[in-house]
Amino acid sequence: MPATDADLTAATLASPTTILRLTVNNHPGVMLQICGLFARRAFNLEGILCTAIGQGDASRIWLTIDAADKLDQIVKQLAKLEDVLAIEERPDAREQVGDMAAMMARIG
Amino acid sequence: MPRLSGAQIIISQLERQGIRLITGIPGGANLPIYDALARSTTIRHILTRHEQGAGFIAQGMARSTGQPAVCFATSGPGATNILTALADAYLDSIPLVCITGQVPRTLLGTDAFQEVDTYGMSMSITKHNYLVRSAADLLTILPKAFRLAGSGRPGPVLIDVPKDVQTEMVEFVAWPEPFLAADHLPSDLKSVGQAAAMINEAARPILYLGGGVIHAGAAAEARQLAEQSAIPTVMTLMGLGILPTDHPLSLGMLGMHACRATNLAMEECDLLIAAGVRFDDRATGRISAFCPNAKVIHVDIDASEIGKLRPADAGITSDARHAFAGLLPLVQPRQRRRWNDRIQRLQKDFPRFPPQSFAPGKPFQLIRRLAELAGPKALISTDVGKHQMWVAQSYPFTTPRQLLTSGGLGAMGFGLPAAIGASLAFPGRPVVCFSGDGSLQMNIQELATAVEQRTSVKTVVFNNQSLGLVRQQQRLFYERHYFASSYSISVDFTAIARGFGMRAFDLNGAADPDHLLRQAMVEPGPCLINVPIDIEEDVTPMVPPGAANTTMIGDDHASN
Ligand SMILES: Cc1ncc(C[n+]2csc(CCOP(=O)(O)OP(=O)(O)O)c2C)c(N)n1
Repeated sequence: MPATDADLTAATLASPTTILRLTVNNHPGVMLQICGLFARRAFNLEGILCTAIGQGDASRIWLTIDAADKLDQIVKQLAKLEDVLAIEERPDAREQVGDMAAMMARIG
Repeated sequence: MPRLSGAQIIISQLERQGIRLITGIPGGANLPIYDALARSTTIRHILTRHEQGAGFIAQGMARSTGQPAVCFATSGPGATNILTALADAYLDSIPLVCITGQVPRTLLGTDAFQEVDTYGMSMSITKHNYLVRSAADLLTILPKAFRLAGSGRPGPVLIDVPKDVQTEMVEFVAWPEPFLAADHLPSDLKSVGQAAAMINEAARPILYLGGGVIHAGAAAEARQLAEQSAIPTVMTLMGLGILPTDHPLSLGMLGMHACRATNLAMEECDLLIAAGVRFDDRATGRISAFCPNAKVIHVDIDASEIGKLRPADAGITSDARHAFAGLLPLVQPRQRRRWNDRIQRLQKDFPRFPPQSFAPGKPFQLIRRLAELAGPKALISTDVGKHQMWVAQSYPFTTPRQLLTSGGLGAMGFGLPAAIGASLAFPGRPVVCFSGDGSLQMNIQELATAVEQRTSVKTVVFNNQSLGLVRQQQRLFYERHYFASSYSISVDFTAIARGFGMRAFDLNGAADPDHLLRQAMVEPGPCLINVPIDIEEDVTPMVPPGAANTTMIGDDHASN
């Protein structure tokens, strides 16, 4: 069911989120690694945006995560993944990530 | 410039890495690798009867030596069969490199014959894994796989190699350097100073040591720390052997099947010095009630373990050897008379081994007797169940890496193949596998491998004609509602062993059981010893799953 702008605003307001920016090796298994980690460690992943960067060897992943989760554990567990090259906490990017999510909702 | 196939690159790199033994089973999708292996003059292949056996034999080598070991399987069923051994290595942090065959790249994703998503399935049970997309990549992937498996917190690495990558020819300039043992980063000095101050100030400290201390080769330093500051020491199942069982400061294993005095002492401690442990629920019981009055120092090479389950007052991200080396000069020599007297009082009130458990034919008596006959150099493996806990409680361990047991996964079927691996790694040493009649039947086919490879494995089957530990839980927690936990036929394990060409001894009805044990242990080569055990013989005391460690039931002192 396509989300409406209203759904989206409601969702954003309901739970405070944290934004993480990852730099990862770009290969077909890497998304599975990130999503699999969140699933099996019972961390909540609210949103994920991913694009290739540079020559295509690396990807940038933006994660929106539930701030109620143990951020420290999430960051340490992500850091153990061999394909994760860098992790940054980026609260300053909340608005832009929100804009992208809203744009996706408009595409429907 | 060398020009080689992917398969030849794999085998040459394994040779350069110093690998001398590889376990596995060939099949359609890994035949090019086997063809290259056949030409190797330095690597001996151990053909097992099941891929799970191959994985556990490799683990037996890795656990007993501390060095990464290698196993092979074909695609599809070969890969799925070996997954249990990978999961086991993952949970116990054992360095393993597993190389599987895969269908050719052109068929990937088409549900081809014997195609399964090995990469996807192994992702959550390996430290890292690869699906190799070109033969040239093997040049970087293999050294990396060994580095990952063997350094930091060790673990299994899987490399899935499509058949056409194995046959693809590549020309390259030079071999990459093989990975040699990594030294670990020294620990952060500030928290070491803080931890030392906490130890010096504590009145009732306890050292809580696990497999990480063994992986770091830090048993000697751990012992020095314990002795220098007279700190009573508990070990996890994975840590047994760090202090000898009979060391005056050793309180043995903690947790679900600890001695009563050990869990009670922990309740009273004011400082818990945890190293190379992960606060597993089998060790801590209900975590909120674990060492409730203690501050915590936590040493681990894996930063994510610190604070994962119990907040640490001082966290040291370091391998245990460097951390102990940093602590030792700062920790004041102490006697800790009062604390150690208190512990002796507890041990007097709740003796570790009630005399009746040494009656002939009782598990503790048999284990102690077999230990005497095997001698202090013996390597010991166990399967999973009551027999495993009896061994953990009573075997007189003297050194780290002496006990090989499936701690985190608790995988029945581990014991026999792990013992074979230990025997292959240390051909001169006696190896005893303590198994149960349930567990042995999970990888019993490897008796053939034990004979074929001329190992010295003595398999002792504690035969209670049941899935004993399950039955015990049904007795204690399900109103004796016994279901699916005993066997209605009795299996003649000696006849089975003889069918595999192995000598076998049966203590059932033996006129002089001790004579038979002596004979079995003294003759060289592998054998099986069937030991009847009363089905009602339980492991005690026991902390019910989910309860606090001070809630111990089943023994003579149980009142709570
Ligand atoms: C592969 C696997 N399946 C099931 C279990 C659950 N389980 C734990 S102990 C046990 C019984 C073990 O029986 P046995 O090997 O005869 O040892 P005993 O407890 O009788 O000494 C079972 C079924 C397990 N640990 N591993």
